[in-house]
Amino acid sequence: MQEHIVIIGNGISGVTTARHIRKLSDKKITIVSAETEYFFSRTALMYIYMGHMKFEHTQPYENWFWDKNRIDIKKGYVKSIDTNSKTLHFVKGDSLKYDKLIIATGSKPNKFGWPGQDLEGVMGMYHKQDLDNLEKHAPNNKVCKRAVIIGGGLIGIELAEMLNSRNIPVTFLVREDSFWNGFLPEGESQMINKHIKNHHIDLRLSTNLKEIKSDDNGNVKSIIIEETGEEIPCNVVGLTAGVSPNIDFIKDSEIEIGRGVKVNRYLETNIPDVYAIGDCAEQHEPIGNRRPIEAVWYTGRMMGETLAQTICENKTQYKPGHWFNSAKFLDIEYQTYGWVFAKPRENEAHFHWKHHKENICITVSYRKDTNMFLGINTFGIRMRHEIFDKWLTENRDMNYVMSYLKDANFDPEFYKAYENEILTQYNNTFNTNLAPRKKSWKRIFSKA
Amino acid sequence: MNAIKHIGLVIFLIGLAIFSALPVLGTFHLNEASFNNIIKEKNIKSDVFINDIKSNIVGQDFKGMQAISPKISKALDNANETHIKNKEWNKKIYTKSSDMAALIGKKSANGFIATNKGLMWLLTFGLGIIGALMFILPNVILLGKKGIKNDGIYHESATNRGWIGWMVFIFLVSFYLVLYFASEYATNWTLLVDPISEALSGNPAGHWFVYGFMYCVVMTVMAVRMYIKYRHNIYQVFRTTSVLFFQIVFAFIIPEIMVRLQMPYYDFKNAFPLDYDFFFQWNLKDLINNGGIGIFIMVWGIVLTLVIVPIMVYFFGKRWYCSWVCGCGGLAETLGDPYRQHSDKSLFAWKVERYLIHTVLLFVLTMTAMTLYSFFSETGTVLGIKTSTVQNIYSLVIGSIFAGVIGTGFYPIFGNRVWCRFGCPLAAYLGFVQRFKSRFRITTNGGQCISCGNCSTYCEQGIDVRAYAQKGENIVRSSCVGCGVCSAVCPRGVLKLENGPEIGRINPTEILLGNDVDLMDLVNKN
Repeated sequence: MQEHIVIIGNGISGVTTARHIRKLSDKKITIVSAETEYFFSRTALMYIYMGHMKFEHTQPYENWFWDKNRIDIKKGYVKSIDTNSKTLHFVKGDSLKYDKLIIATGSKPNKFGWPGQDLEGVMGMYHKQDLDNLEKHAPNNKVCKRAVIIGGGLIGIELAEMLNSRNIPVTFLVREDSFWNGFLPEGESQMINKHIKNHHIDLRLSTNLKEIKSDDNGNVKSIIIEETGEEIPCNVVGLTAGVSPNIDFIKDSEIEIGRGVKVNRYLETNIPDVYAIGDCAEQHEPIGNRRPIEAVWYTGRMMGETLAQTICENKTQYKPGHWFNSAKFLDIEYQTYGWVFAKPRENEAHFHWKHHKENICITVSYRKDTNMFLGINTFGIRMRHEIFDKWLTENRDMNYVMSYLKDANFDPEFYKAYENEILTQYNNTFNTNLAPRKKSWKRIFSKA
Repeated sequence: MNAIKHIGLVIFLIGLAIFSALPVLGTFHLNEASFNNIIKEKNIKSDVFINDIKSNIVGQDFKGMQAISPKISKALDNANETHIKNKEWNKKIYTKSSDMAALIGKKSANGFIATNKGLMWLLTFGLGIIGALMFILPNVILLGKKGIKNDGIYHESATNRGWIGWMVFIFLVSFYLVLYFASEYATNWTLLVDPISEALSGNPAGHWFVYGFMYCVVMTVMAVRMYIKYRHNIYQVFRTTSVLFFQIVFAFIIPEIMVRLQMPYYDFKNAFPLDYDFFFQWNLKDLINNGGIGIFIMVWGIVLTLVIVPIMVYFFGKRWYCSWVCGCGGLAETLGDPYRQHSDKSLFAWKVERYLIHTVLLFVLTMTAMTLYSFFSETGTVLGIKTSTVQNIYSLVIGSIFAGVIGTGFYPIFGNRVWCRFGCPLAAYLGFVQRFKSRFRITTNGGQCISCGNCSTYCEQGIDVRAYAQKGENIVRSSCVGCGVCSAVCPRGVLKLENGPEIGRINPTEILLGNDVDLMDLVNKN
């Protein structure tokens, strides 16, 4: 009898684990989910609402894929986990035995106890059900005369873009005094502020929500702003003030939790044969500059790739490589490689270049003493992941990175390139006299 | 702005309605002299046919092609029946009845349409162009800032296989059916463009001239739409310009001017085996009889297919042909762009694609081998099979129905590259080169893919781009025509079309960049 691996959650973390376990072994695999029958890409929910895609397009694997790879799908909502008898109990009363359990239940939108936060028309934008809910409450600008979004993060700006695509007026409340400035350096954050306003989104910085008011039927009627007491009538309120691990059903089990499910570097919980990965896992100690809970697509996938090894008798630590991430702020693409903090840390500094007209800029972070390259944020220029990964491994210094920047450009062919302009500014700033190096395929493809 | 769009739409629809009604309008009156000219020109020896036409058609007024055409075809059938019965082979008429009707129709059209060609052009093409541009141009402002403009594609009836999509489908299919199988009904359309044809080649227009002219007009108007939609993406702007240039100059103007200069009609960019009749006997004879220029075309045609095409594919991928030069590709990338999302991405569709396109390639090669054998050995049959029968089947089934009626007619239903993906033998040939010996690939940017699916959705060739991107694997598929839209719609900057060294071009990966280096080394060993 094959070992039975049960994975709760069919997001990117759980599905990646399942796929890799199947590549490596013949174990029996079951994926449990209450959200949707088959895996879909959560990051693409916005494009369904915007009419770029249909739900089926967000499913990376055709429906026959699961049968063919002998990955069982069980639709159901787990009520509790009994780790002594290795049994999952479902809300509907049925149960499922496992030999090894992987918790990959992802996140849920934060709610901070605002009055009215559970009214009809208040929603996050995380689950498939949130999308259905939005479609119900904001199908067009006749039904939804205005929407208010609470919280200026990556999901908040995506929700704003979604509503904007159907010409629904949006008021966007952001606690910080500039958009996402806990992560973005000032110049970039301000560029995004401007870009949001250019899209006719009513961006309110340094603004908090006091309460959400209800009409007679329990629907959202308006919101009140904490600072000014202003009342803004609206039909939909989007709560996008971050996410937290979706682990309520674990609270009564013996599995140790903090904010998330506590795991060690092998992604093991305190209970043998129970693992946690993705958004819902919390490292005992942060890894490098990373946060203990990483709610990022890429890290979920990496944990899945890693854990599959451990499950298949090749015990492997979760040891992620150089940090990278990406996002899109309305029309502006953003990529980051290595670490660029909003405010340079001790002994660090930033070099910033911005196009005089377009929404294109980069911020490069480096060590002041050694001039070592630490990371780059790029807006409106695509960069090559492999090149920056290599440069970070090789501990390249700023002069090198700036001279060879053409190797890293990943914009489509014929696009205007800005490396010379960037280097000129660098030379002027640092009083250097570096010459730009031509792009070289040989360098691009040589391994670190 | 929206008002301009709506007025434009109404104007366009009026132009389209008049154009669509023309096949059954107009008056025809064949006089004795014109008919005698036709007899002479076509060398008609059938007294049965001549007498029939003279007593039933000449000197009479007919309203609409539907009144005159059946009589001509009946006369033709009767005459041939008689001659076959009497074994009078020299009297049999080999012209198809719809061609005969088109010829007589053209010579006998006499009413309002025939005498007001310019005005009628304005009421059809003119209104169509003006209306379409009024519909398209306001998008410069309405679409807002530059960026991806796919909002609402799956909410609109026209682009989501709704009733508008089906109406467009019916129109396109009907248009191609008239063009290929009932060209006499295109007679009035040919009248509209007579002045243009006469200015270019010196001859009155036939229905293929109508098609060529319309092709250029549609591509130009829809290219304006492309320029506006993709104005942030210079690759799309260049590509659209290129494909438009090759259509208008190489496919339309140069061949017409060559006719004026008494040279053979030839499209210098149309490579065999897409140009499937290049080696047909009549074409080879025509080229040989045309002296220097004919021989040049013959050599060029062979060099184009055997040398230029594969070498260019080696350096740039098949995109240089399929989405920068080719006429079929040109229409697909302009008129067809709103429908690119309808291509089927399933594994099943990919299987069908491989069987179908390679069968067509095999078909065209076999047919050409038979043709050349027949040409040099001067026999009509190969192994007991008539070469001309095989040629006729290919022309009908592949050349007309697959490439035309299905290829373009089904745009709103199956996407804009049905022919290029499932049928084009040239694409199959270029695909082999691209897959096995080329510098072209779509590079996947390390581990940046978020599996959103925009790339796959908007791939007109039905490639599941995401399946590769989410594995960190470059895309080297033979069917990729390099339109660059996957790269354009990617919200994370993951895809880049590029030509680079062959080493590392194909890079299967299990674990993506960004994870533990040791783990990547362990699992990605290749």
